[in-house]
Amino acid sequence: MLTIKDVRKQFGSFTAVEGLNLEIPKGEIFGLLGANGAGKTTTFRMILGLLTPTRGEISWNEKEISYETSDLVGYLPEERGLYPKLTVREQLIYLGQLRGMSRTLIQEQTEKWLKRFGAEEYLNKKVESLSKGNQQKIQFIAAVLHRPELLILDEPFSGLDPVNVELLKNAVHELKKEGTTIVFSSHRMEHVEELCEHLCIMHKGNSVVHGSLKDIKRAFGKKNVSVKADFDLRYLKDTKGVLKHRLTADGITLQVEREEVANDLFQAIQAKGFVRKFELEEPSLNDIFIEKVGVVHE
Amino acid sequence: MNKFMIVMMHTYRSKIKSKPFMISTLITIALLFVVTNMNEITKMFGGEEEAKVGVIDKTGNTLPVLKEQLKAAGADIKAEAFSKSEKDAESSVLNGELDGLLILDKDTSGMITGSYKAEDVTNQDLITDIEMALQQIKNKSAAESIGLNQEQLAAIYLPVTFEKDSLSDTAKSEEEAAQVYILVYVLLFFMYMSVMMYGSMIAVEVATEKSSRVMEILISSVSPVKQMFGKIFGIVLIALTQLAVFVAAGITSAKLNERLSGSESIIKEFKLNEIPIPLIIYALLFFVLGFFLYATLFAMLGSLITRVEEVNNIMTPVVILIVAAFMIAMYGRENPESGFVAGASYFPFFTPMLMLLRVGMLSLPVWEVALGIGVLVGAILLFAVIGARVYRGGVLMYGNAPSLKLFKQAILLSKQEKKNTTG
Repeated sequence: MLTIKDVRKQFGSFTAVEGLNLEIPKGEIFGLLGANGAGKTTTFRMILGLLTPTRGEISWNEKEISYETSDLVGYLPEERGLYPKLTVREQLIYLGQLRGMSRTLIQEQTEKWLKRFGAEEYLNKKVESLSKGNQQKIQFIAAVLHRPELLILDEPFSGLDPVNVELLKNAVHELKKEGTTIVFSSHRMEHVEELCEHLCIMHKGNSVVHGSLKDIKRAFGKKNVSVKADFDLRYLKDTKGVLKHRLTADGITLQVEREEVANDLFQAIQAKGFVRKFELEEPSLNDIFIEKVGVVHE
Repeated sequence: MNKFMIVMMHTYRSKIKSKPFMISTLITIALLFVVTNMNEITKMFGGEEEAKVGVIDKTGNTLPVLKEQLKAAGADIKAEAFSKSEKDAESSVLNGELDGLLILDKDTSGMITGSYKAEDVTNQDLITDIEMALQQIKNKSAAESIGLNQEQLAAIYLPVTFEKDSLSDTAKSEEEAAQVYILVYVLLFFMYMSVMMYGSMIAVEVATEKSSRVMEILISSVSPVKQMFGKIFGIVLIALTQLAVFVAAGITSAKLNERLSGSESIIKEFKLNEIPIPLIIYALLFFVLGFFLYATLFAMLGSLITRVEEVNNIMTPVVILIVAAFMIAMYGRENPESGFVAGASYFPFFTPMLMLLRVGMLSLPVWEVALGIGVLVGAILLFAVIGARVYRGGVLMYGNAPSLKLFKQAILLSKQEKKNTTG
């Protein structure tokens, strides 16, 4: 279990992370969300032991994380980086050895992963000659090669095409099944919704929302009503209890403060004409994020 | 394998395979071969060829003496009487039949005079040989004219007996000083070259890891301090490998030359094989220590920059230090006793070069050498501690141009992380 207890990180007079409390059970995928500068990367660096918290404690299975435990941890940094002049093979051997692996084990694992990502032909190619997507696959392999107990993925899917995103997502799922604890950050809410059971939204160093995805959505209270009809729906926005509205191509999406408001809306469209769709939706993570953080950051 | 060794061996392997390393090593080996085989090479390019000089002897009896004199001096000149007119001789020179024309005559006092004509008068060796021969003949005839015999003449030209002797038991003999002179020169040069070459290699390596952002993965698996020293040791190993290759190539090439030409090789000529072992040990010691000091400095500076292009900016101050050390060493070779050189030899960045120079050329008391080594080791430790601190902080900082402020920031950042340094 990864425990982050009352952690604060200060750089000079700037506070990057304030009073962060997280408990991430073994074998879970945990999402860390936040706009740029929210303190995600600082949190990751503290988990990895690259930075020392100004206050508070971080431990993995009740042990402090240091270079003693670094073989148990895998890290995919936000800023991707590999040695441009080394071949994939040399690269993975070096990085794997630094995580305490033997050469034979590295070779075995490298083969397995390259095959899985359909990238076997790149084994002896220099990294600089690879496409960005393929470099990212290699980077991912470097992070998981040593079968870490704790895997930290900082924006793992950014810059990948949908096929590769799918490939990586499946890999993440499988690692989870094998018992790896995964913490990852993303700006893409759909990825977080799809992968995480628990998450935390950070804003300016503070944790603003924290808990399981279901609880967070329930606690948020507000829901969405999506309506499509053959007549003009704009008048619905003046209904009491409607907080926000957004016009779509052939209809309207309304954010309502309670489920009951949906009932009023349903009454309001009666006998006005043909209704193609009327649906009460759970709030999307995107809505929650915007609400809590104020801005979307892509 | 522990992680320090992994970093060291990785640095060693990846650099030793690199093209710049291979090329610079091969070029130097080729150069060594050329230098040690200079005698054979000049022979190959027509050193054998005799110069043909036509002589118009107006004195009537000088030519045979001249021939004898040239032969005795071992000059490759074939002097032959030219029977036709001066005009014909000049055209023979111009069309290449003759290399030169020498007109011998007597002046009013009856002394021999010579006038040499050639297409151009740039062949100094040839002209000097002829002039020397004529001088000898003139001296002889002048001596004869005042009634001196051969022995008397020889007595005049006999060089004075002049001996130098140092009274101190530990003082270096003249021969030793000459060996040291060469050794110090070679060492200074090698040190200068390798610090320039490998120093920038270290800085570029660190900067590359930072700019390619591989650094973040590296420092999440191995501590920056281990990483920095692994790198430095790896590169020291490379420098030593290269040194060993050069020495082996030099000796092989010199041995080969000995077999080819049958004459003494350059090694024996300069008595390089007689360099005292302690001096070689000192040389190696100072080389390694000096290298460490500069390498640590370069690694520290490399961690402060973000892009490889900035390496040149940070190199400049260090290069100035090395050049200064080199210049003082050059001055010190002529004036090893100078107080200035003595003082400068305790400044750690100059110590490797200057202390070696003084150890070699003077009879230094042991404590002075020990103090020098102590200062050097102390400075290495100091810079290692500061370097490691800056490195820790520096590798996580991106974006700014290198500056003193950045340096302070890096120290500050790593101070906060001090708790972790032991990791």
